[in-house]
Amino acid sequence: MPLLEVRNLHVCVEGREILHGLDLTVNAGEAHAIMGPNGSGKSTLGHVITGKPGYQVTAGQILFKGEDLLALAPDQRAAKGIFLAFQYPVEIPGVTTMNFLRTALNAQRKARGQSGYSTPHFLKKARTVAKQLNIPQSMLKRGVNVGFSGGEKKRNEILQMALFEPSMCILDEIDSGLDIDALRIVAEGINAMRSQDRSMIMITHYQRLLNYVVPDVVNVMSKGRVVKSGDKQLALELEASGYAQFENAA
Amino acid sequence: MDLVLAKAMPEDKANAERAADNVFAAARGRLPGVGRIADIRARAFEAYERVGLPHRRVEEWKYTDLRVLMRDVLLLADTPDASALRRAQAAVQQAAFKGAIKLVLVDGVFVPSLSDVAKLGKGVIVRTLREVLESSASDAMAGLVLSTTADAMISLNTAMATDGVVVTITEGTALRRPLHVIHVATASAASHFTRSYLHLDDRAQGTVLESFVAAESAGGYQANNVKIVLVGNQAGLSHLRVRADAPDAANISSEIIAVGSRAKLNLFDMARGGAVSRYQDFITLAGKEAELSMNGVNLLMEKQHADTTLVVDHAAPHCVSRQNFRAVADGAGRSVFQGRIIARPDAQKTDAKMTMRVLLLSDQAEADNKPELEIFADDVNCSHGATSGGLDESLLFYLGARGLSENDAQALLIRAFLGEAIEGIANDNLRDFATAQTDHWLKARR
Repeated sequence: MPLLEVRNLHVCVEGREILHGLDLTVNAGEAHAIMGPNGSGKSTLGHVITGKPGYQVTAGQILFKGEDLLALAPDQRAAKGIFLAFQYPVEIPGVTTMNFLRTALNAQRKARGQSGYSTPHFLKKARTVAKQLNIPQSMLKRGVNVGFSGGEKKRNEILQMALFEPSMCILDEIDSGLDIDALRIVAEGINAMRSQDRSMIMITHYQRLLNYVVPDVVNVMSKGRVVKSGDKQLALELEASGYAQFENAA
Repeated sequence: MDLVLAKAMPEDKANAERAADNVFAAARGRLPGVGRIADIRARAFEAYERVGLPHRRVEEWKYTDLRVLMRDVLLLADTPDASALRRAQAAVQQAAFKGAIKLVLVDGVFVPSLSDVAKLGKGVIVRTLREVLESSASDAMAGLVLSTTADAMISLNTAMATDGVVVTITEGTALRRPLHVIHVATASAASHFTRSYLHLDDRAQGTVLESFVAAESAGGYQANNVKIVLVGNQAGLSHLRVRADAPDAANISSEIIAVGSRAKLNLFDMARGGAVSRYQDFITLAGKEAELSMNGVNLLMEKQHADTTLVVDHAAPHCVSRQNFRAVADGAGRSVFQGRIIARPDAQKTDAKMTMRVLLLSDQAEADNKPELEIFADDVNCSHGATSGGLDESLLFYLGARGLSENDAQALLIRAFLGEAIEGIANDNLRDFATAQTDHWLKARR
């Protein structure tokens, strides 16, 4: 059984259809790249899988481990193991990063019927992961993403992914706004998470990230559908020839 | 203006006046003080009667029309009996701040058996208003305690006050334990009036809390409280107030505060109960280099109406004042904030800043903010700001995507929003106390 299965997905925003019958199958352990021109619906797909309000699914299904995701609220999806690393992580003044991480982790654990982490246990875990991602302790004491640089915000997303240990990681342009060093740290963080029962969807414009995190499958999106899938070679071809050929194909 | 009103609503006004007249006449025999005190009361009631309950055409009460919200003044509550005191005791236990010396007023009457007067340390003198008004030796004090202003609700309080606490912290004394004045309502559909007085003499230091709570099954009451506070030169007062009245009660509380030279006053005010509540503070920074830090939180749901009205009067040079208020209005809650900063001609180098932010959680919730500056000095730094808005949807989704239920996500953001005001409480334990009150409201909101 695939981990995630998107079938004939049609999605509207304010009455306008953005996804026109999208199909995508992600098996456990696979890393997928989703590439495509601006406006092809890549981020919309990530938002619909995680349950962002404002999108109307007019037809189709999203199944996660065989279960209908569309009936679930965002927090329930998160508890099932779905994680979205945001393209633009939001700032939450007045909520320290540490408090946020612990509240979120324990909310997920509670929803799964697991006991919450004690403060010392959690702190130890969070500090260890933060160190691996080169995130200073002082950052964890600040408001969530408040005053963080673009790179720090992205690293904070990976920190959350590492703490929550989701089985489906959707990374929405995790590479945007990162310099080479930051990209390498983020990519190491992602690679460290790869395993047989965890899948990744990397939404990206550029081949660059895929040099660090090598995908099993590259999907090309155009005009609200996946129009071609292939192996990592496809990303290189795209880098060389651009998306124009697929825009016509769609 | 009275004439116009009389024409506009002759019946209402007549009814209100008749009820009020009955209220004073009926209570007169139970109100402490004779002679000069009785005269002060009678004159205050006349002053009240001339205008009646404040309504929307009285500028200071524009958004809190008591003729609509309270209709009229209820009869004075009976003196609490043994069963009322038992119910009050349970409420006191719940409300009490750990480690504080309790001073308990039940239905407007001081109750020694629920209070800790015996535990008062050296340099703290607590008397009841009744004692002061009935003692001929303290005539001057009595007059001071019952001093009145042009505000109709304060006049009414001057006429009707049954009891209160009269506290003096002597020169140089630092209170070892906080005082906690707890007002408990046990009677339903009745009114109570307290008048208290708090004097920190020069260089005295202290923490005073004040809570308004209801005993189980008490409701529909009206509380009217006035406190006169004098903070002496170089004295320091932390003062936290929480109104957690029954959901259908009205609470109109006023404080008249004077702050001396180089004194520091840290105030926090919270409303998380009552159908109608108003806190009006008239604060005069009377001595040079006085510092006022004032924060507050109003938490509203259903049809609750909470009004915070502040007048901060900079009467001396080099004083600093900061007000930072937050309100959260859910349901059809209505938040009113009126803040006026006055800088008198002598108040050069005044540094005053006032901020009010309202979080509206529903389409029916409403916020009225009225900040005002009256500047008569030319070398001052005064500012105010007021905003209102809803919770940020993008933050809610982010938190949802991290596993927080909608309710938990909202609670986290509300706590963060309120935290900006609660952080202004200087004392750690008081801050925890205020946070616990907030949590109580958030739980009730579920």
